[in-house]
Amino acid sequence: MQSRLDERFTAAREEGRSLLVGYLPAGYPTVDGAIAAMRAMVAAGVDVVEVGLPYSDPTMDGPVIQDAADAALRGGVTTADVLRTVEAVAATGAPTVVMTYWNPIDRYGPARFAADLAAAGGSGAITPDLPPEEAAPWLAASAEHGLDPVFLVAPSSSDARIRLVTGISRGFVYAASLMGVTGARVAVGTQAADLVARVRATTELPVAVGLGVSTGAQAAEVAAFADGVIVGSALVKVLVDAQRSGAGEAAALDGLGRLAAELAEGVRAPVSASA
Amino acid sequence: MFPDPGGHFGRFGGRFVPEALMAALDELTEAYDQARADEGFVAELDGLLATYAGRPTPLTDAHRLTEHVGGARILLKREDLAHTGSHKINNVLGQCLLARRMGKTRVIAETGAGQHGVATATACALLGLECVVYMGEEDTRRQALNVARMRLLGAEVVPVTAGSRTLKDAINEAMRDWVATVEHTHYCIGSVMGPHPFPMMVRDFQRIIGVEARAQVLDRTGRLPDAVVACVGGGSNAMGIFHPFIPDTGVALIGCEAGGDGVATGRHAAAIAGGSAGVLHGMRTFLLQDEFGQTQVSHSISAGLDYPGIGPEHALLHETGRASYRVVDDAAAMAALALVARTEGILVAIESAHAFAGAFDVARELGPDATIVVNCSGRGDKDVDTAARWFGLLDDAGGADAAADPRG
Ligand SMILES: Cc1ncc(COP(=O)(O)O)c(C=O)c1O
Repeated sequence: MQSRLDERFTAAREEGRSLLVGYLPAGYPTVDGAIAAMRAMVAAGVDVVEVGLPYSDPTMDGPVIQDAADAALRGGVTTADVLRTVEAVAATGAPTVVMTYWNPIDRYGPARFAADLAAAGGSGAITPDLPPEEAAPWLAASAEHGLDPVFLVAPSSSDARIRLVTGISRGFVYAASLMGVTGARVAVGTQAADLVARVRATTELPVAVGLGVSTGAQAAEVAAFADGVIVGSALVKVLVDAQRSGAGEAAALDGLGRLAAELAEGVRAPVSASA
Repeated sequence: MFPDPGGHFGRFGGRFVPEALMAALDELTEAYDQARADEGFVAELDGLLATYAGRPTPLTDAHRLTEHVGGARILLKREDLAHTGSHKINNVLGQCLLARRMGKTRVIAETGAGQHGVATATACALLGLECVVYMGEEDTRRQALNVARMRLLGAEVVPVTAGSRTLKDAINEAMRDWVATVEHTHYCIGSVMGPHPFPMMVRDFQRIIGVEARAQVLDRTGRLPDAVVACVGGGSNAMGIFHPFIPDTGVALIGCEAGGDGVATGRHAAAIAGGSAGVLHGMRTFLLQDEFGQTQVSHSISAGLDYPGIGPEHALLHETGRASYRVVDDAAAMAALALVARTEGILVAIESAHAFAGAFDVARELGPDATIVVNCSGRGDKDVDTAARWFGLLDDAGGADAAADPRG
């Protein structure tokens, strides 16, 4: 059976474009504020939403996402709030996945989390610090509730490890474009295209590329070789900057919509990087 | 034997890290396996431990403490006499030799009390490696002496301002550095924690403490001790002294967790007594966390024990009952520190003072015929300022400060 993610990726392939995947943390600046921001992203052209679950020890995140997650936690965001956010965003029709470090799911109980995520209309979860070797309980829970478990590959992954990861991923495979934490980069890593090619050699699954993409031009560049373009820190930064400068919610959503629209244009106009 | 090939100690341990680090952990595991079987590597490490670090460290008969506790024989394993002033040097020499063997030119480390950072800076200076140490900003203040020591040794010390600004946040920052620099950088983790192979490898490098202690006790007393007591932060000095005694089931292995203001107050660092099973820093283990799986901030007067987790092998030893863990709060540890200083003329680290406080209770429980080995994991020079404030020993200049809460 095709999942919502499968359907979207298939449709995008037919249209000859990549999907735009946008990340924002739940609870920032508030739970309702984050829901409004995610909906604004979707309205401006984001195809798939990653709802971040703020975590106390975000070892894979750079300063922008760290700050937003920190503020969300200080604001008291809980796992239940994250699920409520998923429900509100999935109601727009955009496939919605949770992006989370493993311990919050471990604590909630993998089976219970899968049931509640599915009930909220979520499509699956991206779990970057859950390696395939430790994933059995989550795979079983996801399968039972029709969720897509998404795992990551990195430039350092051996071909054997890529096979291991693509063998258990559903929906899409998340290719980390570079060796490093989340955050905008001046240029998208040159390792990304190479990694996508190595992933394609092992699977029919769509491949989405994340880490470092922040502009429409970079999105267009990545769209030339990947099925999905994932943008996080650049979108979060719009909200963080608005919060710091005291700009109102309307202005923040406006800025977010403008960036999302620019990125959406990028994924529709793939540009091969000059070699 | 633990761990299994995936790094599991029963249901604990493993590797909960981003895929980007998996290749490096595989490479490290393989390099370590080869090095450990290579006579040249082992000889070089043993040589450095003997001629540079000052091993074997002595086993001291603490006669006046023995008298104080009512007769149980108290023997001190003197890791405070190792070069740089604590057991941390044992692990660091091993890992830095391994890093060099792997062709890495840069070493990063996290540090709480600063002892692991100082040891890493020392080994890097010795072996010509670039060294960067991450340290929570809060800890750079309470262990200022060690910050200066690291800088004198040529290391770059980076104060970490994220999160709680203590050891756990320094580890987060070191992991962020490592994922971006792993090609030429080794992350020298300072305790029996983190993703596989670290808990196993650090234990193996620290095992020398127990190997020596076991032989020294047998030689000195003609029998095995009744108990071995050590403080537990991440748990490396404890794992090091416990491990060779694990098959000796008549020897009680007792770890002392930092109780801070007391477990009941919620302000403590006792992962076993006051925590629950979960995942942190790449391992499944006991940790302080809330109902949502968010890590809780730990509290201890001892920077080196101020960590919300514990090494996965300790989690297993606790569950199987082979070791037992008790809690020593700030006040008991500081009282022990003062007592050891006055009765034996040894100023121990506040971390180690937790082991002494626990050992005094164990001595009274076991009675005058017992023999107890205490792991004196480090010396207390770095803690003089904290202790002086705690006991109000500073005169006028520091007088105002001394009246303030010494725990800051
Ligand atoms: C002297 C001393 N003892 C003990 C510890 C705690 O570490 P572990 O539990 O790994 O031995 C430290 C850590 O900084 C230390 O400096």
